Amino acid sequence: MELAIFLIFAVLAVLSAVVVIAHRNPVFSVLSLVVTLFSLAVLFVLAGSPLLAALQVLVYTGAILVLFLFVIMLLNVGREAASPGHVVQKWVAIAGSVLLAAAVVLLYVSTHIAAHAVPLSKQFVDLVPLARELFTTDLLPFEIVGLLLLAAVVAATVLARRPSPEEESEESR
Amino acid sequence: MSFEFWATLIKMVVWLAVLLNVTPIMVWVERRGSALIQDRPGPNRVGPLGLFQALADALKFIFKEDVIPTQVDRSLYLLAPLLALIPALTTYVVIPFGPQVMLHGHSVDLVVTTADTGVLLLLALASLGVYSLVMAGYSANNKYSLLGAVRASSQMISYELALTLSVVAVLMPVHSFRLDRVVEYQHQGAWLGFLPHWNVFPQIIGFVVFLVAAFAETNRLPFDLPEAESELVAGYHVEYSSMKFALFFMGEYMSMAGLSALLVTLFLGGWSFPGIAFTGVWWWVAIKGLAILVAKMAVILGLFVWVRWTFPRFRFDQLLRLGWKLLLPLAILNLVLVAAMTLGGWL
Repeated sequence: MELAIFLIFAVLAVLSAVVVIAHRNPVFSVLSLVVTLFSLAVLFVLAGSPLLAALQVLVYTGAILVLFLFVIMLLNVGREAASPGHVVQKWVAIAGSVLLAAAVVLLYVSTHIAAHAVPLSKQFVDLVPLARELFTTDLLPFEIVGLLLLAAVVAATVLARRPSPEEESEESR
Repeated sequence: MSFEFWATLIKMVVWLAVLLNVTPIMVWVERRGSALIQDRPGPNRVGPLGLFQALADALKFIFKEDVIPTQVDRSLYLLAPLLALIPALTTYVVIPFGPQVMLHGHSVDLVVTTADTGVLLLLALASLGVYSLVMAGYSANNKYSLLGAVRASSQMISYELALTLSVVAVLMPVHSFRLDRVVEYQHQGAWLGFLPHWNVFPQIIGFVVFLVAAFAETNRLPFDLPEAESELVAGYHVEYSSMKFALFFMGEYMSMAGLSALLVTLFLGGWSFPGIAFTGVWWWVAIKGLAILVAKMAVILGLFVWVRWTFPRFRFDQLLRLGWKLLLPLAILNLVLVAAMTLGGWL
């Protein structure tokens, strides 16, 4: 049963991930990404971390990807024309993929990750211990990340905001 | 099959029976309610008080011609109405309808799952609801549909934050993410000796924020901008007909029911009621709990109808301003107040 669910969602995750980069219509790409991330959430549940699954769905599929979709629809990005692309670009991409695949295989073979795999401790799986960890031991980095994100939001707002007519005339003066 | 399996299955059947009956009953309430408010008779010919009108409506939906326009994006167009039901049909799993009961020597929680991530799971599933609207609006290849979908997504993102923050405030004094614990917390004791120990009293700000955000999340008037008839014909479902349209319709009513159940559970004591003891044989406890929960949900659903036929629609900029500049700060204020009261030992 568990194996069947794993296989279904693992295949689904990989296939939809391929669609994300292969499809010419950006809306379909985003929707495939939703399927990928949702399948990953199911795999997290199978791996024994329902918390991570819930957060994944809540943050990625529920918020970030909705925003992606919103922007794509608002800008009305159409079907991307099949561009011939540069020849050099193609060869570099192929070489890069081969190198990346080689690196992954090498890493797997050299460290025997599978043999050394340790199940995650309770501390990172359950809600209460994770929260305690975040708000005691790792409080400072946690707060710093929060502050950084806030600064990024403020900066993005300032950059995106069009100055009102009065301000514009003031600037030109 | 094990005892737990059958117990879970029966609990799911009970919830599904409640949710599937919400749509026909609400259609009747909505039509008769709007007639009452507008001082006209309303549908009163089919059956006593027009009660079978919903049946007639359902038959009409089934026998209508199912048109698929030629310009639509077929796969997304067909998938969207199905997705409309998934969040509506899954969120009930964490909402309890009774205390723990003893049955043949097993203790059974009257909630489908007591997962530690209870509320998180519910919010995660509910946040997927926007995809069906977006897919419907985009696939139809129609400017009104697309505008409706764009409005729906921005509206849902804006109000989800305030909604979630008001939920967080409820969880703080309870010290748990589990909704059955939230109800137990409200079941015992009393505020000032006479008020029920419901979260609505100390967290009235959170309650109002949740209620307003719930109207926006379900696209109900006064926030039904995604389907504003006077501007967008019917918004994201303008190209749908027959049962496909009916699925959107059902999805909307069922997510209203789901959010009402969540509101009742978080702020209004859930299945509990002061003065009613939950002891005795298990089925009597379950029936009492479910009846009280459904009665409270009915009050909130009635409020949805009342508001729909009383208030005019907001403008879109007003809607977004309300969400970001009023509800969100209020939700944060509520969060800080509740945190202070929890630390002070008053909650």
